[in-house]
Amino acid sequence: MSRATILSAILSNQPQTTQLPEDLQFDCPAKAAVTEKFIQMINLIGGRVVEIQRIEDINLYATAHYGAGERLITPIEELDFYTQFAGDEDPHQFENIAFAVFKTHFAVAENGAVWITEDRMGARVLPFICQHLGMLVFEDSIVSNMHEAYQLIGSQDYGFGTFIAGPSKTADIEQSLVLGAHGARSIIIFLLKKEL
Amino acid sequence: MSSIKHPELSDIFNKDEERVNWHDDTLWWIRAKRDKAAHGISEWELLRETASQIKNNVLSNLHNYLIEFEEKAQKNGIKVHWAANAEEHNKIVLSLLQGKGINQMVKSKSMLTEECHLNEYLESNGIDVIDSDLGERIVQLAKEPPSHIVLPCIHKKKEEIGQLFHEHLGTEAGISDPQVLTETARIHLRKTFLTRRSALTGVNFAVAETGEFVVCTNEGNADMGAHLADIHIACMGIEKLIPKKKHLSVFLRLLTRSATGQPITTYSSHFKKPRKGQEMHIVLVDNGRSVQLGREDFRNSLKCIRCGACMNTCPVYRRSGGHSYHNAIAGPIGAILAPNLDMKEYADLPFASTLCGSCTNVCPVKIDIHDQLYKWRQVIVKEGYTSSAKTVAMKVMDFTLSSPTRFKLAGKIGRWTLKHAPFTVNNRLNLWFKNREMPEAPEESFSEWYKRNNSI
Ligand code: SF4
Repeated sequence: MSRATILSAILSNQPQTTQLPEDLQFDCPAKAAVTEKFIQMINLIGGRVVEIQRIEDINLYATAHYGAGERLITPIEELDFYTQFAGDEDPHQFENIAFAVFKTHFAVAENGAVWITEDRMGARVLPFICQHLGMLVFEDSIVSNMHEAYQLIGSQDYGFGTFIAGPSKTADIEQSLVLGAHGARSIIIFLLKKEL
Repeated sequence: MSSIKHPELSDIFNKDEERVNWHDDTLWWIRAKRDKAAHGISEWELLRETASQIKNNVLSNLHNYLIEFEEKAQKNGIKVHWAANAEEHNKIVLSLLQGKGINQMVKSKSMLTEECHLNEYLESNGIDVIDSDLGERIVQLAKEPPSHIVLPCIHKKKEEIGQLFHEHLGTEAGISDPQVLTETARIHLRKTFLTRRSALTGVNFAVAETGEFVVCTNEGNADMGAHLADIHIACMGIEKLIPKKKHLSVFLRLLTRSATGQPITTYSSHFKKPRKGQEMHIVLVDNGRSVQLGREDFRNSLKCIRCGACMNTCPVYRRSGGHSYHNAIAGPIGAILAPNLDMKEYADLPFASTLCGSCTNVCPVKIDIHDQLYKWRQVIVKEGYTSSAKTVAMKVMDFTLSSPTRFKLAGKIGRWTLKHAPFTVNNRLNLWFKNREMPEAPEESFSEWYKRNNSI
């Protein structure tokens, strides 16, 4: 069997064991600076930030931007277009979603990415198949870099998790940047400000 | 097959000088974006060093990491397969599809499947494969291989792409607007995603500690394929492992900044367990990697994270095009990996370089690329494959002399070569040395030059 052949070839060919390096850690900038950097990155990568005071404010955005005939969906209970998910829906039924909104675990300032796991997606395909994407980010959950991000993820268990940074994009045609490749055409970050 | 293909193929590419200049400038522009992104992070060098050490550790303990990964992945409900070579890999994929009675598959970018020529194999066995990365779809329609590992159709003009879309996807003749063409592809591929029951993806990183794997895309095509399909097959070279999940932080910070200058790809998806009702498979592929692991001088090439930075910066790649390397992976790293698989067939590639060292300087995992190219030359000469070496070494100098701006750059590089790698110039194989006057060695050191030119 190839497994045994491969493993024995590796065992005889691999060099002497070397040590893993120390984990990297950097000083955390002030919270305000982290938020500012995050907003700046979102704009840079083609997203938009809408600051909100309460989760329900997302309803106002949705009614202002989408008509009655358009299909909106969210697993966030506080929202008017909340949908309950059983977890075994046929993913194909989400083909015509115009706008979907999700609650993220945290966001990363250095690259504008948000971290979200399957249990907050309703269905795995949803954040990708929807035409437009909304992500709820709590301001105090923004970390400055990816090292902190993985500290937060730690040993969190999930079936599927993803960092999403900006709308889907491609520059495959002569390096011209086009937003809206196969995933969402746009991303709105609903930034829930800290209570004063 | 003759192994002096690189000069012949690059001659074809060089027939259209305007196009060569455009190709050259485009890649240099991407290289400049990479520099900007790298300089934006004060700990960049520390990150590179850390990534390099993690990868060294992976190679030194690959046996155990693979076993650990397999065990964890299986616990997560993923089926793990082992393939010693390309043929076995292809057969495994085919049998998985046949087992489900599937004859259509959608595939996201995977250089490994290019290396294994999976598409041709599946098609000859009655399976229809559609590549879903836009660049890959374009070269697939053109019946060409990708010319770059990150930017598969970087050699194509938008007018040519417009023509392909006109012929295959029914757009109006003469349309070449990237926005319109991308929208056309979006609609066409959505239909594909929605109708395919099987999806194949590549793997950027696989975590031994947790048995999960990470796939990075900007387009979202890997996710669209995988989350809609009944069966998800992920194919990876055995060197893609990393020990712990937290190490992803280092690699995700480096990968896209090195590749395109973006801070991170749009999607960095962590697949750990199959979706309810879905099958998930991983194919672990050796195909020469365990042999390369045993070649002390070349094993470092297995640290590669396929960012493409070494290609974008390479003066030879930029002016000869990816297809001139006649190998799935082009550019400096391709020229190290290919001779491991077939030294005779790829004897020309280590000579398709000026040994300027720019690749080594940009590599995020600190592979000593130009040193390895130099070492391959020695091996190849010793093994007697020199006829190709001669021709290629001369040809490399030919491109660099063919345009005045290139000459300026190459002249400086040449001086460095003269000082630091005398084998390449002071050797009977190098016809350039024989026939032309050598430039005087300059006062300015390479590192000074590099620093100054790098800070544009
Ligand atoms: S060799 Fe280094 S620079 Fe080249 S593709 Fe691999 S990781 Fe990137």
